[in-house]
Amino acid sequence: MTSIMKPKRQVGIIGYGAYVPRFRIRAEEIARVWGGAEDGLPIEEKSVPGLDEDTVTMSIEAARNALARAGIEAKQLRAVWVGSESHPYAVKPSSTIVADAIGAAGSVLAGDWEFACKAGTEALQAAIGLVGSEMADYAMAIGMDTAQGRPGDALEYTAGAGGAAYIVGPAKNALAILEGSYSYVTDTPDFFRREHMRYPEHGNRFTGEPAYFDHVTHGAQGLLDALGMKPSDFTYAIFHQPNVKFPQTVAKRLGFTKEQIAPGMLSGKIGNTYSGAAMIGTTAVLDIAKPGDRILMCSFGSGAGSDAFSFVVTEKIRERAAKATKTMWYVQRREEIDYAIYARYRGKLVMN
Amino acid sequence: MRDVSVVGIGQTKVKEHWSKSLRELATEAILGAMKDGHVDHADALYVGNMLSGELTAQENLGALIADEVGLRGIEAMKVEAACGSGGTALRVGYLAVASGQFDVVIVAGAEKLTESSNCNTTASLAMAADADYEGIHGISFVALNAMLMRRYMHEYDLVPEDFAMFSMNAHANAANNPYAMFQSPITLEQYKRARNVSDPINVMDSSPVGDGAAALILMPTASLNGNRARAIKIAASSVATDSLALHSRRDPLWLSAVELSAQKAYAQARVSPQDIDLFEVHDAFSIMSVMSLEASGFAGRGRGVNLARENEINPKGKLPISTMGGLKARGHPVGATGVYQAAEAVTQLRGEAGANQVPDAHVAMAQSLGGVAANAVTHIFTN
Repeated sequence: MTSIMKPKRQVGIIGYGAYVPRFRIRAEEIARVWGGAEDGLPIEEKSVPGLDEDTVTMSIEAARNALARAGIEAKQLRAVWVGSESHPYAVKPSSTIVADAIGAAGSVLAGDWEFACKAGTEALQAAIGLVGSEMADYAMAIGMDTAQGRPGDALEYTAGAGGAAYIVGPAKNALAILEGSYSYVTDTPDFFRREHMRYPEHGNRFTGEPAYFDHVTHGAQGLLDALGMKPSDFTYAIFHQPNVKFPQTVAKRLGFTKEQIAPGMLSGKIGNTYSGAAMIGTTAVLDIAKPGDRILMCSFGSGAGSDAFSFVVTEKIRERAAKATKTMWYVQRREEIDYAIYARYRGKLVMN
Repeated sequence: MRDVSVVGIGQTKVKEHWSKSLRELATEAILGAMKDGHVDHADALYVGNMLSGELTAQENLGALIADEVGLRGIEAMKVEAACGSGGTALRVGYLAVASGQFDVVIVAGAEKLTESSNCNTTASLAMAADADYEGIHGISFVALNAMLMRRYMHEYDLVPEDFAMFSMNAHANAANNPYAMFQSPITLEQYKRARNVSDPINVMDSSPVGDGAAALILMPTASLNGNRARAIKIAASSVATDSLALHSRRDPLWLSAVELSAQKAYAQARVSPQDIDLFEVHDAFSIMSVMSLEASGFAGRGRGVNLARENEINPKGKLPISTMGGLKARGHPVGATGVYQAAEAVTQLRGEAGANQVPDAHVAMAQSLGGVAANAVTHIFTN
């Protein structure tokens, strides 16, 4: 059993914010074009970014929501870190644009993070370390994606857009205090995209047991063991959600109930938001959490690895949750589009 | 030619072995067989495998596996006959001992189908068919079998449910086989609701994609001393062929290679179909079970489903088939399958089949097919 990761200075979440674009395409509509509905559909519908949206624009809105809840000045942030697998540039951090847009430019760190769907929580781990070491009082970690699905591929049904921003700060100012975190990583090539390739490749069934289930189980159980806790000690649990079935199955295997995971399950309605997934699921839970609630957040990133966190909600949640747009508002704000518009918006129509 | 016996068997579980390589699986099975057969050396090794090159970038398996199991230097080679590679490797091993050339021979079958994407595996399996006249049109192996099933149903006025018992029997048996890929029984409802793969073949009509290895130790029957009580004699070994392309066959609904191979085997073993106590049939698809039963002489033309419909194919029935799960439920790591069938026949004749034991089993038949029975390998075992 490996020890819990916990900084010397107690830290927690000071503010959080989500963002989901308004457009939705139903999985049925994708199936109308490509077939593939015989075994049932993995989600109901997914979010689609508009023509003028990308990981940067979306991160800025989520970051503003987080700042509103945190009640701190942007200039107090010493790091703005965006984790994504759809950074607009291969070289030029999304984080610098976000930092400048929210007024945090200047004495700040702003490199980008990548680890498939766990890039955001990897950034969160680093933010915890930065603040916990007292190198900084406030650091922002964002998980945000506008994931691309190869037309006709299984993953096209679920690749959605969205994510969340978290501000980490000293525990005394936190709406949720960190009890500890745990990360588990191996070299497992279940899903990857080479440079210059537009769409990722994945290993079909290899992405299941040896990738998602193995790492999420190690991540969550590793955290539980290191903290000496069991599933019943938690009020809520949020797992990475590439579809609806995987998080339900892993939760059941670990010993979590349907009720514990329900409020954090957004993938049915917005799809797999990749780096944003576990993080945005957790914002939906924070929106309804009560002081004293204990929350487990466990991400998964292909390649592969899992980050697990335990937070305990404080009294400050009530006033802070109300200070910015709630996640369910974003989820319920929808404008349905068909496959043709979706193909145009996602840049899939290439005429050369 | 001398008599040959199987003195040891070994097998791995059939499953998606994400963490084990082809060589590890083969080694596990072979070392298991050597232990079971109380041998620490062998004169030759024959490895049945179909797709090691295509899917795992590895050919030259004979030399590789011999070295892996600590037998560097012995005679070794890979034997290939598509999905019948395992049975064919047994044929080669049998000839090596029967001819007097060798006294201790290892026959192994190993296959790793999950090393590559589903699409690639499916495309590779289609290489069992005629590339220039069938493959070129993009037909998959399951589609070829689907055409046969459709024609068969038309000729004999059957519906898909008439084939259900083959899968149900296989799954029921596999539930008692710790090496089987699937460990739970299925119901008629599940068969009827099963997803279409290539009409009219559904998921429950088709053997699954999985990995595994099995091995046998062969020795001359005459050389066995007293403590070889669990040795099982190979009473017959025969191979026959047919055209690969279905359209080149005189009668696509008749597996003539199966007929030829079975007839030769019965003659060699001096038995007839009525004497067979259990039949490890090549149930890659339920239609193959049906057609194999007919061509092997167990059922009249068009009546291959009857034994199943009348529930006579379970371990206590008139003709038990797929007694440890068959290709459908124990699994079908293609090149290894023929060796699994032999290991299971041996287990039955040793009286060690547990809940699946066929009562009073004395004569067991195993039949391994390559392609749509372009290659048919039949072995008969006796205790």
